[in-house]
Order: sequence, then C-alpha cells, then structure tokens
Amino acid sequence: METLAIISGGIIGAAILMYVVLDGFDLGVGILFPFAPGEKARDTMINSVAPIWDGNETWLILGGGGLLVFFPAAYSIALPAFYIPVMAMLFALIFRGVTFEFRHQAHTSTHLWNRSFFWGSLIAAFMQGVLLGALVQGVEVKNLRYTGGMFDWLTPFSILTGIGVVMGYGLLGATWVIYKTEGEIQEWAHRAAIVMGSGMLVAMAAVSVMTPLLRPAIADRWFGGVNLLYLSPIPLLTFALAVTLFWSILSRRELLPFLSAIGLFILGLAGIAISLYPNIIPPSVTVWDAVAPRSSVIFAMVGVAVVLPMVLIYTVYAYSVFHGKASAEGGYAHHEHE
Amino acid sequence: MPPLDAEILARLQFAFTVSFHILFPTLTIGLAGFLVFFEARYLRSNNEVWLVLYRFWVKIFALTFGMGVVSGLVLSYQFGTNWSEWSRITGPVLGPLIGFEVLTAFFLEAGFLGIMLFGWKKVGPRLHFLATCLVAIGTVISAFWILSANSWMQTPAGASFVDGQYVVDDWLAVIFNPSFPWRLMHMTTASYLTSSLVVSGISAFYLLAGSNRDVARQAFSIAMWAVLVLAPLQIFLGDQHGLNTLEHQPMKVAAMEGNWETRSHAPFHIFAMPDQKLQKNHLEISIPWASSLILKHSPSGVVPGLKEVPVEDQPPVGVVFWSFRVMVGLGFLFLALGLWGAYARWRGTLYDTRWLKRLAVVLTPAGFIATLSGWFVTEVGRQPYTVYRAMRTEDSFSPSVTGASVATTLIIFLIVYGGLFGAYLYYLLKLIRKGPDPLKTRETEETPEAIRGARPGLVVPAE
Ligand code: HDD
Ligand code: HEM
Ligand code: HEM
Repeated sequence: METLAIISGGIIGAAILMYVVLDGFDLGVGILFPFAPGEKARDTMINSVAPIWDGNETWLILGGGGLLVFFPAAYSIALPAFYIPVMAMLFALIFRGVTFEFRHQAHTSTHLWNRSFFWGSLIAAFMQGVLLGALVQGVEVKNLRYTGGMFDWLTPFSILTGIGVVMGYGLLGATWVIYKTEGEIQEWAHRAAIVMGSGMLVAMAAVSVMTPLLRPAIADRWFGGVNLLYLSPIPLLTFALAVTLFWSILSRRELLPFLSAIGLFILGLAGIAISLYPNIIPPSVTVWDAVAPRSSVIFAMVGVAVVLPMVLIYTVYAYSVFHGKASAEGGYAHHEHE
Repeated sequence: MPPLDAEILARLQFAFTVSFHILFPTLTIGLAGFLVFFEARYLRSNNEVWLVLYRFWVKIFALTFGMGVVSGLVLSYQFGTNWSEWSRITGPVLGPLIGFEVLTAFFLEAGFLGIMLFGWKKVGPRLHFLATCLVAIGTVISAFWILSANSWMQTPAGASFVDGQYVVDDWLAVIFNPSFPWRLMHMTTASYLTSSLVVSGISAFYLLAGSNRDVARQAFSIAMWAVLVLAPLQIFLGDQHGLNTLEHQPMKVAAMEGNWETRSHAPFHIFAMPDQKLQKNHLEISIPWASSLILKHSPSGVVPGLKEVPVEDQPPVGVVFWSFRVMVGLGFLFLALGLWGAYARWRGTLYDTRWLKRLAVVLTPAGFIATLSGWFVTEVGRQPYTVYRAMRTEDSFSPSVTGASVATTLIIFLIVYGGLFGAYLYYLLKLIRKGPDPLKTRETEETPEAIRGARPGLVVPAE
C-alpha cells in the first residue's frame, strides 16, 4: 500500500505539473491581454490558444478528480479548507472560459469580453498561487477532517505565492506569444517576458527563503545532514535556467525562452514536492493516511496506464495541427467557404 | 432548525448549478450526433446544403459546449467544497468513475473540438469528419460515466461499508448497477430528442419566416423523422425505467404516483395536491386502477404507499409528483408532434402545414423542461438520502463550512449564471437571426432576402 500511495501521489503531482505548464501559458496570455499592442494583436493572441485551451483546462479537472480518486480524504479536507479561493478561482475560470466563444461572436462588446478575459485569467492565476501557498503553509486537521476557519488560507505567504504564480504564468504566456507570433507583437512579447520573468524570479527567491522558515521539518528536509548536497542540483539548475531564459530572450530565440520558462516551473514544483513529502495535506496528513482503498487505487491506475498514453498522443497531435505562427484572422475557418 | 441553514443552502446551490450545467450537455450530446450526420451526408453527396447546415449548427454547438465546460468544471470541485463528508465516504466508489470520465471523455472531446472548430483548412475532410465523430462519441462516453456514478447513488451495488468508507468489491457491479442501463438510455434519448426539437423548432421558424428555405427544409425533415422515432422510444424507455425504480426505490415511485397507502386497485392521479403534513392528497382527479395497471399490469397488483416509511424518510412528494407529470405530459406532446409530422409528410404537406410549424417553434425549449423535470424526479425522489437508504443528505455536508459562505457563493452563482445565460441567449439569438450562410448555387434564392423576410405571410412555397 505504501508504494501505491507514493505512485498515487506521483500521478497527482504529474497532473498538477501538466496543468500548471499548459493552462499556465494560456492564462498568461490572458494576464498580458490588456497590455498588448492593439486589438489585432489581441485577436492573434487569443487565436493562438483558442483551439487548445479546453484541453489544457482538462488537466485541472484531472487534478481535482484525481485527488478524489486517489486521496478522497485529502480532497475532503482541502476543498472546505480552501473554500473561498477555490470558489473565486472557479468563478474567474468561468469568465475567461466563455470569452473564447462570446468575444468571437461579439461586435460592439469586444472590450467587455477583453476585460472578462483579463480579470478571469488574473484572478484564476492569483488564486491558484494562493492555494499553493496555503497548502505549503499547512492546514489544521483533526481526525481527517478540516477544523480551521474560513480564512485560514489568507496570509502574507499565500499572497506572495499568488503574486509569484501570476508573474510565472505571465512569463509562460509571454514566451508562448514570442513563439507563436512575429513582428510587432513578438517585439512587445520580448519586453513582457523580461518584466514577468524578473518578477517571477524575485518571487521565487522570496518563497524559497520563507518556506524553510514555515516549519522546522521543511528546514530540516533541505539543510539537515547531507541533504543539501543531494538537493543542490535544484537551486543550481534553477540558476542556470534563469540565465538561459534571459539570454535566449535577449538573443531573440523563439522557442528556447518558452522551454526555459517551463523548466523553471518544473523545478519550482519539484522544490515544493520535496518540502512537503510525504505529506499530502501538511503538516499532519501523509499520503498513506489519505490514500483510497486498494481496490479503487488499482482500478484507477489501470485506467491511467492504459488511457493516459493515448491522451498524450492525441494531445500532441492536436497541438501539431495548429503548429506555426498564429494570425489575427481565420480563427474560425468555418466562416470561409473553400 | 433555522429556516436557512448551511445544508439547505448547499442543496439549493448544488441543485442550481447542476441543473444549469445539464442544460448544455443535453443540447451538445444530441447536436453532436446531428453534426456527424450532416458532415457524413456532405462527404457522401458533396451537396452544399449539408455543408451549410454543418457550419450553421457547429456555431451553436461551440457556443453551447463552452457553457457546458465552464459550468461542469464548477461541479467537479463543488463535491468537495460543499459535500466533503460525501466525498470522503463515497470517494472510493465515485471518484474512479469520475476519473474515468475525465480520462476517456473530457480529454477526447477537448482534444478534437479544436480540430472540429478550427481545423477545416488544416486537416483533410476525412480527418475533420473523424474529429467530429470523436467529439460526438466523447459526449456519450461522458454521459456513460457520470450517469453510472449518479445511478450508483440511486441503486448502490458492488461495494461494502468498511471503517467509515465505501470499499469496492466488484467494479463491474458498481458500474453496471441496477438502474444504470435504463438511466443511460433514457438520458441519451432525452438529449437526442431535445436536440431534435431544437433543430426542428429553429428550422420551422425559418420556414415560417420564408428565409433560408432549402437549408431549413432539409433540417426540418430530418428532425421530424428523429422526433417520430425518438418520442415513442423515450416513452417506452421511461416506462421500463419506472418499473426498475419500482423494484429498487419504491418510495420514489410512491411519490411520483402520489400514493400514500400500500394497496391494490390503486388509481392514477392526473391531478392532486399532495400534502405531506396530513399524509394525503387534496383535489384528486384520478383514473381508477390505472396505477396498479401501469406498475403491475393487473388491477389487483399491490403498489407501495408512502406511509410504509416514517415521514422523515419520505421524499418531498409535491416536487416529485409534479415534475413527473410535466415530464410525462411533454413526452406525449412530443409524440403528438412526431405523429402529426408523419401525417403531414404522408399528405405531402410537411413544409406547408402552418400550425405544425408553429407547434414545432413553440416546442423548441420543451425538451429542456422535460429533461430538468426528469432530473428533479430522480434526484428529489432519492431524498432524504444521497446514497439511497445508506447515507443521508444531512450526513453528506461539509461540517466546517459556514452558512454565510454558502449563502454568499449561492448569491454570486445566481448573479453570474443569470448574466451568463443572458449573454448565451443573446449570442444564440444573434446566430439564429443571422441564419445559415446563403447557398452559392441554388435557384430558389432569387427573391431578395429583404422582401421575403419582411413579408413572410405573402410567400407561397415554390413547389
Ligand atoms: C455524481 C453525482 C450527481 C449527478 C450526476 C447528479 N447529481 Fe443531483 N445531486 C447529487 C449528485 C449528483 C448530490 C451530491 O448527491 C446531491 C446534493 C445534495 C443532495 O441531496 O444530493 C444532489 C442533489 C440534487 C438536487 C436537489 C435535491 C434536493 O436537495 O431535494 C437536484 C434538483 C439535482 N441534484 C439535480 C440534478 C440534475 C439536474 C442532474 C443532472 C445532471 C444531477 N442532479 C446529476
Ligand atoms: C453532477 C455531476 C456532473 C459533474 C461533476 C460534471 C462535470 C463536468 C465537467 C467538469 C465538464 C467539463 C469538461 C471539459 O472541460 O470538457 C463537463 C462537461 C460535460 N458534461 Fe458534465 N457533469 C455532471 C453531470 C453531467 C451529466 C449528468 C451529463 C450527461 C448526461 C453530463 C455530460 C457532460 C458532457 C457531454 C460534457 C461536455 C461539455 C458539453 O457538452 O457541454 N454531465 N461535465
Ligand atoms: C412519457 C413518458 C416518460 C416516462 C414514463 C418517463 C419516466 C421516467 C422515470 C420513471 C424517471 C425516474 C427514474 C428514476 O429516477 O429512477 C425518469 C427520469 C428522467 N426522465 Fe423521463 N419519462 C418519460 C419521458 C421523458 C422525456 C420526454 C424526457 C426528456 C426529453 C425525459 C427525461 C428524463 C430525464 C433526463 C430523467 C432523469 C435521468 C434518469 O433517471 O434517467 N423523460 N423518467
């Protein structure tokens, strides 16, 4: 059961990582939306994500659904504990989700949907960061039930992680736009990537300093014994990727900035996973306290093993259909007759 | 008990958000089937009418799909926010079913929806058709898993209660629990029927207005065939579903029938005002013996009455009783529409029978009303349990969540969903007003649109 619990945790972690990277860049496009150079640039930006955003968001459903599958107890603790940020995130995702269709149909009210896209993306990203911070700082649990208040999640630390995620998604969005566009928009995206990238790195540094201060167990994980030696590749790689990021933006590479930004996210999440392990709800609930009964875990794992590879294959295929630069027109090709 | 405690508010909130959500899948499941049909006909015949139909309905599909996605996302987290005890206890059973829905259905739909909507020029016609098919299949797979989950709560099987949690002994028994096959067939048919009514209603509107005639005729004709087949099928499936419910959830059936005493020769009440306090009906108008006949196929058949269980174990009778009558009444109305359409077709006047077209226009939204009523019967009839006869609704709620937060989010839901629904209808009507693209090649378009559109009453059909 121990191994099953750890594999289950790995599956949830992988789903969250996929979500953060994939929906991260399309939420980032929304965060940058109002600052884009003109309405045409906005059309291009939204067209670059319109065919794929739904698939990206599905990873969030897999994350939530996966938690219910593998760790029903953790699901039933975390969601009441984070009631308000979760609800705020959902409302925000509603507003940005409907924008894709509504803005496309709109003529006079485009600006309204621009705003809905921006605020929806911004608030969703911020709340996801808050959720991350609130989880890391710990949740009050007795007898596998949440016993804290409605506002326990709200602390300076969680606000900091909220800002960090907004910056990080902004960076992902900007580097995606660099990759998917050319000319004036791309120039603008280079500048946006520098601003967002700097902001994200500052936030990451602050979070890295504050996290070990939250609980002795976390400090011990990183600095106890020879751990720092084993774990040193993480900060070193982070540094190397940060350098690559800025170098590749300044030297006008198209794909490398996006890849470096993804790398930074992977390392950031890996750092958090290391701090938390083996807790699924820190400080007291471990993966083996919360894991579902064996029959459920095995059944779901068979499903993951069989179906997820197929999902990955056709997701890559769907992305490849829309490879190349995005344009302002022709989002809906079914408007034109062939 | 305070009148508006957190649990009641959470029930209201769940009922509101899930009812809102189900409106959109109801349309997308069925419309996806229509789109497959249109595109297949286009590929076969190369006749432009089918392409124009596809392009028109795919826009409505896309708009609706977007609403289904955002409202569905909310539900998958609401289980945990408002119903944390339910999640912890039934999670080992229902979690994997919902997980399989995400893996096998949502990814499939999302992956190929992009190609379906934006891929016309990026992939060949056959691959595009494949994308349409996969999206349509995805919607049905989605219905499969979520209805399996829902049915398990109605008729639990294959799991035992161990240490405060359900543990599954037999997954096949869980998935194919006793009410699931009927519920799957009844709901899928409901979606296709509802979509047929939408397609026939909007096409009838164009025919009445005299615009987009070639395209509207094709669609009207197909949708009327579909209603003719699906309406009687749905009545048959509903009857079988009811017999299944009688076996597994007798108190739900007693509430649907408004029947208090267990007895033979039970009448069917066409009208009644059930009164749960007095445990009797007022103002009954009944057909003698009919209830025994429908449920037991014999006048001396004994049917269950609500008084078999104490009041606190009875479902709210009024809602179940009336929702059932709305659903069944509409079911027979749809049958009438289908038969009338067949008669008009046989007479050769399908496109010219003004009152038939008017009825079709009026019934455009009726499928949604029947579907919601059906869900009210199912869900309210299951009360006071979330897992029938095993877990009570009051034990499912999140203990730490306060009434204030549920009330606040409920109010926000009402406002946000109200606004969204308004925007959805606005853009939907805009698409309908704009109509399908004009045909390039057809002769019937010679009368200028403006004249025909402005004076629909004067248009006489060409043939
Ligand atoms: C997998 C689970 C599931 C699914 C597929 C559905 N429901 Fe449900 N429903 C519940 C799980 C649930 C629940 C969690 O069990 C609730 C919440 C409170 C309760 O009593 O049951 C509930 C309650 C509930 C109520 C309130 C009943 C009452 O409190 O008196 C209504 C009206 C509906 N639902 C309607 C629907 C509709 C229209 C559905 C169509 C999509 C639907 N439900 C699917
Ligand atoms: C209360 C339980 C329900 C939950 C938790 C739920 C959850 C969801 C979620 C998360 C989505 C978005 C998927 C995406 O991103 O593509 C969705 C969409 C969908 N749901 Fe539900 N759903 C529920 C009830 C139902 C029922 C009863 C049906 C069908 C009978 C259904 C059919 C669909 C379909 C076909 C879609 C695809 C989107 C669309 O067609 O609009 N759902 N649902
Ligand atoms: C006149 C014939 C009909 C009969 C006898 C009938 C019967 C039933 C019964 C007994 C149930 C409750 C089953 C349970 O909860 O255990 C039900 C549910 C339902 N009905 Fe009907 N029905 C009819 C027509 C319709 C129509 C026309 C629609 C929609 C277009 C519809 C849509 C639904 C839906 C969506 C549900 C909830 C899902 C389910 O439990 O299957 N029904 N129906």
